[in-house]
Amino acid sequence: MNLSRLVTREISHRKTNFFLTLAGVALAVTCVLATLAAMRSYDLNSDRIIAKMEADTQQEMKQLEDDIRKTMKGLGFNIYIFPKDQDMSEVYDQGYASKTMPEEYATTLANSKIVTVNHLLPSLTQKLEWPEKKRTVILIGVRGEVPLAHRDPKSPLIDPVKKGDLVLGYELHRSLDLKEGDELVFKGKKFKLGKAYPERGTKDDITMWMNLSECQELLGKQGQINAIQALECNCATLDRLGEIRAELMQILPDTQITETGSTALARAESRTKAKATAEKQIAAAKSHRTQSSAEREKFAGILLPIVLLFAMVWIAMLSLMNVRERVMEIGVLRAIGVGSKIILSAFLSRAVLAGLLGAIAGVTAFVITYPLLKERFFQGVAMGDVLAGSDWLVALVAAPVLAAVSAWLPSLMAAQKDPADVLRHD
Amino acid sequence: MYYAMTEARHPAVKARGLHKRFVTAEGEVHAVNDVSFEVQAGDFVALHGPSGCGKSTLLLMTGALLSPGEGIIEIAGKNPYELNAEGRATFRAAHVGFVFQQFHLIPYLDVLDNVLVGDLVSQSVDDVSMRERAHDLLEKFNIGHRLHHVPSKLSIGEQQRVALARALLRAPELVLADEPTGNLDPENSEIILQHLADFADEGGAVIMVTHDDRARAAAKSSMHLDAGRLLESDQGESDKEEGDS
Ligand SMILES: Nc1ncnc2c1ncn2[C@@H]1O[C@H](COP(=O)(O)OP(=O)(O)OP(=O)(O)O)[C@@H](O)[C@H]1O
Ligand SMILES: [Mg+2]
Repeated sequence: MNLSRLVTREISHRKTNFFLTLAGVALAVTCVLATLAAMRSYDLNSDRIIAKMEADTQQEMKQLEDDIRKTMKGLGFNIYIFPKDQDMSEVYDQGYASKTMPEEYATTLANSKIVTVNHLLPSLTQKLEWPEKKRTVILIGVRGEVPLAHRDPKSPLIDPVKKGDLVLGYELHRSLDLKEGDELVFKGKKFKLGKAYPERGTKDDITMWMNLSECQELLGKQGQINAIQALECNCATLDRLGEIRAELMQILPDTQITETGSTALARAESRTKAKATAEKQIAAAKSHRTQSSAEREKFAGILLPIVLLFAMVWIAMLSLMNVRERVMEIGVLRAIGVGSKIILSAFLSRAVLAGLLGAIAGVTAFVITYPLLKERFFQGVAMGDVLAGSDWLVALVAAPVLAAVSAWLPSLMAAQKDPADVLRHD
Repeated sequence: MYYAMTEARHPAVKARGLHKRFVTAEGEVHAVNDVSFEVQAGDFVALHGPSGCGKSTLLLMTGALLSPGEGIIEIAGKNPYELNAEGRATFRAAHVGFVFQQFHLIPYLDVLDNVLVGDLVSQSVDDVSMRERAHDLLEKFNIGHRLHHVPSKLSIGEQQRVALARALLRAPELVLADEPTGNLDPENSEIILQHLADFADEGGAVIMVTHDDRARAAAKSSMHLDAGRLLESDQGESDKEEGDS
């Protein structure tokens, strides 16, 4: 005669009690799983929404940054640094400065810690006759950007012109019928047409670009430039120019600056603000998610213990009923020499079995009903995403353990029943 | 020779100066009052007396189920009350069989399992030999054809025979029966009394509480208890001498 036989026979004899115990466990397990699933599905869903928002924003931001970059590129260099004694009305009139300053200014600026400007481009500009062709051109000597010492190198906005090359605006190469690669002579010096620009409809169309040092030599202005072009950083304050000026004056007191294209920049800035707004929205969504998740957790933190408590009381009550029903049986078994440990195990293993079968029933019920309730209660999230294998395992282990704990006291009462007390009422 | 034999073979039960008092709300009940007796192997003793005189109390004390307030009791030469509760359970399993008026069969076990349920105590014992013994007993008690019926399907007389088989499974030295025929018709009483007598004849000791004169007659000797005191005991020395010599 073994214990499992005794237990299984008893269960099949008192089906109702066992079934009620099992059903209690099953209900509790389903409740716990459903609560967890609901909570996690909410979190997952908001995570997904936030992730989508972030992806969308990132997409928009990329677009935005591209737009800004294009705007900037279109603007070209929007800060001009001229010698201090340059008369600005002359600049507005003829389009360039007649006064010059040392080329090293650009290097000085590049080696300083200036933060308000970017992309330094020294140049030497002069309107003059192209003697060989008898035409007026605007000659600009450029040497390429001077890299800023303290910044990561950026892709240059303008490529330097190679020595021996010329770059011509549209009107020039069209009227002279020149193609890229053609040989030409300027002021007695031979050049190759490196690049022929398409039509821009500005004075660029009658501009000739040359390597700075060759230009300086041709104009007899060695080591001199008459402007440094720069691109302002995307500074946040309204008084950008004031800021730049303040910083520049510290480094190059012998200069002055002007700005072009403010409206386009303002537009770019408003887009930057849009980015900030989107980021704020994401942050709000995130904090909402955290907050409501915490609220749900709080709710579950109250609900789950109540469910567990009810289940445990239910199991304990049914166990107690079972013990009371079997008082005589216990007395007789004890009298004929069955040890109290065996009695205890008989009642506990009954509870454990009810717990295990109840957990299996609860899990099965949950798995079967999940697809039907998925849309309504679980945000349409797939079951595998809210409950992992370990959750099932925990349910299958925890339920029998809790059932045993709940049945512990009644079982102990049974095991410690005094057989004499029971039998004297015979 | 005789002396040596009694030394070697302890009396089945030896009780000296037993007292049992119960304290209740209504006051103290002196249920067993200075009782001494001896029961030898082969004895079949009827314990009788008016209701409430302490018969059941005395039987429980004799069965290692209820410790006496005073006095000493030895079963097969050992005082079970020197053991702890678990030790006493093991002791009972080995030495004492119980039969009750209400049979107290386990309702969800079939006849065979009801007999074998006493074997729950020792998994180490060869189950097969126990099964064989259960079969033999049930065969002997003429219920070998009902092995797999649950108690509720049996007649009253059959149920008590199953209970008796359960009591005898581990071949105890002592069988304690509290009104075993109290619920039985004369015919079935006869059968049970005969089996108890057979057990005593085979060297077991039986103490049977009974109100029934016929049952008393079936026993070889009797003890009369009144208000917790043993009034007369016709465990005739002659009887004992006869049995022993
Ligand atoms: N656990 C107990 N607590 C209080 N009183 C008890 C207890 N057990 C027995 N008694 C009392 O002790 C006395 C003897 O009881 P007992 O059951 O031994 O009598 P009995 O001779 O078996 O009676 P009956 O023939 O009716 O079965 C009774 O008065 C009973 O009420
Ligand atoms: Mg009684």
